[in-house]
Amino acid sequence: MSILVTPATKILVQGITGSFGARHAQLSLDYGTKVVAGVTPGKGGQLFSHVVPIFDTVDQAVKETGATVSVIFVPPPFAADAILEGVDAGLDLVVAITEGIPVNDMVKVKQAMQGSKTRLIGPNCPGLVTPGTGQDSHGGCRIGIAPGYIHKKGNVGVVSRSGTLTYEAVWQLTTRGYGQSTCVGIGGDPVNGTSHLDVLKMFNDDPETEAIIMIGEIGGTAEEEAAAWAKEYCRKPIAAFIAGATAPPGRRMGHAGAIVSGGKGTAAAKIEAMRDAGIAVSPTPAEMAETLLQHWKG
Amino acid sequence: MNIHEYQARELFAKYAVATQPGGVAFTAEDAEAVAAKLGGRIVVKAQIHAGGRGKGTFKNGFKGGVHLCDTPAEAKDIAARMLGQVLVTHQTGPDGKEVAKVFVGEAVDITRELYFAILLDRATSAPIVIASTEGGVDIESVAEHTPEKILRLGVNPALGLMPYQTRQIATMLGLSGKLMNQAGKLFTNLYKLFIESDCSMVEINPLVVTGKGELLALDAKFGFDDNALYRQPEILAMRDKTEEDPREVAASEFSLNYIGLDGNIACLVNGAGLAMATMDIIQYAGGSPANFLDVGGGASKEQVFAAFQIILGDKNVKGILVNIFGGIMDCNIIATGIVEAAREIGLKIPLVVRLEGNNVEAGKKTLAESGLALITGENILDAAQKIVAEVKKAA
Repeated sequence: MSILVTPATKILVQGITGSFGARHAQLSLDYGTKVVAGVTPGKGGQLFSHVVPIFDTVDQAVKETGATVSVIFVPPPFAADAILEGVDAGLDLVVAITEGIPVNDMVKVKQAMQGSKTRLIGPNCPGLVTPGTGQDSHGGCRIGIAPGYIHKKGNVGVVSRSGTLTYEAVWQLTTRGYGQSTCVGIGGDPVNGTSHLDVLKMFNDDPETEAIIMIGEIGGTAEEEAAAWAKEYCRKPIAAFIAGATAPPGRRMGHAGAIVSGGKGTAAAKIEAMRDAGIAVSPTPAEMAETLLQHWKG
Repeated sequence: MNIHEYQARELFAKYAVATQPGGVAFTAEDAEAVAAKLGGRIVVKAQIHAGGRGKGTFKNGFKGGVHLCDTPAEAKDIAARMLGQVLVTHQTGPDGKEVAKVFVGEAVDITRELYFAILLDRATSAPIVIASTEGGVDIESVAEHTPEKILRLGVNPALGLMPYQTRQIATMLGLSGKLMNQAGKLFTNLYKLFIESDCSMVEINPLVVTGKGELLALDAKFGFDDNALYRQPEILAMRDKTEEDPREVAASEFSLNYIGLDGNIACLVNGAGLAMATMDIIQYAGGSPANFLDVGGGASKEQVFAAFQIILGDKNVKGILVNIFGGIMDCNIIATGIVEAAREIGLKIPLVVRLEGNNVEAGKKTLAESGLALITGENILDAAQKIVAEVKKAA
């Protein structure tokens, strides 16, 4: 097994006709992912790439195709509405790729999602990949914008706030012959749907995942919380990397969540929490896989 | 985005948040006129986006960015000594900031100084109010040494700040009778301002009780959610680009995410996390990063070109590290962009390029055959070590 999605999971794409959404929907199709529907209001009845039916609403798309997961590419002003449309349609999982959603909108979304069965990943995230068994991991479930071919089917779970750092970790694993169960990008915004801790718990319960790479960055305390939990409950070896040791306080480093303020959320504090929890901390982003392999295989 | 103190007061006026009367002045004569209209004792405050103004020093030797005056003529004189001068505070760095305007306000007879702030609590994904009886000082040290003097109160975003909560805060701050009513109004209006203006933070420090028994927001610091500026035209109009790093302003015009730092090794990276990690690894390898620069997921030729120009505009830069993981982007397109930019600009400092990902072999070939004196890094660590060594060699 994997976590959250399998190669059989049926995906719908909200914002499938925009240039960004269309490009990545096509790449997912090419990767062998079951993209079964698109949603663009006003374009219902058309086909995407000659095969994928487009609907006006998520509700219609779910009823017609049985999709259980949605990926959102709609622009920031409309993204909160799109997320809640997916929640209202009873989806298992909504993955919001959109970057630049106002924080107040996300506060409202989180409030509105309380008690719903839907899990949200993101926003401002690269999405997730459960690699397939074909060549270059073809036939997997690719949701979002990650390059599919860098993956390999295997037993390492990867969770990260950052896209390109995730790709680095995945590529380091793959080139050393180690595959991944699922790779999850939780996103760089201060208010998001799924935390490092949520994903760690899932990896811990997943029989296919044997070891974990956790990538964090400055800002907030989510990495510390995940480390504290792992110290008590995680049965699997974890390697971590924290970006932003050289970032000056008070400056937002690209991601809206990556900011050190009032002495909180520093890289040093996070690294100390990780070490205290028995997590192997990679000194540089070049050694994430190596650090895990030493910790795991000895 | 930050705003000036006088702009914060304009927002207060719009939301009926009580503050001291006053106005902004761009010339010494304006300052005199505002002071004459106010009457009585006057305070003149230099307007720059940095704290520590009161204890700052102007480059012309004049001390203090905040002064009390007894007459309009004195206010004019003080304003004349501030305007057009460069004020250096512990937050501006040694270069300081030029003062283009001053705030002229009624001097306030302060009997108590309190602290009140609203910000977003990431842990609960909801706004939180922080209040303290210890105002006018650094709240971080209050939190560290006397945490019992700080109240943290979560707000349910669906309900907003409830009247009973404003009374709880007022009670904790020792505001009773008429002051409790004033506090309720001030806190409620400030919460409305926080939400409606898409603030990430509003900090009133100090919130003061005057000799006349009034509760006033005396100084304010605002933070705004950059993601929401598209729907906040009034806030966006308050942006003062002269207060921002010109390199950052130029970068934003090309959708580049740039932050200038003090080091001498520039970096150009795709992705915010990888960009931060690249700064870290430069330091790990014994160097010092000159900037944070995320060219985003796309990294077009135009963006790479603009990024090089911005990087090279920093006179401290003695070497460049390009670190690209081309997951979906074709590495060869990126390599071509780098070569063209380096050639056109006539690069004279060491450049180390590390490319990985899609079509990387063709990209490396383009770099190798360019005839440019650029160096290839095998992985991020190798690339960082190479650029650090090159910069040390050249020094």
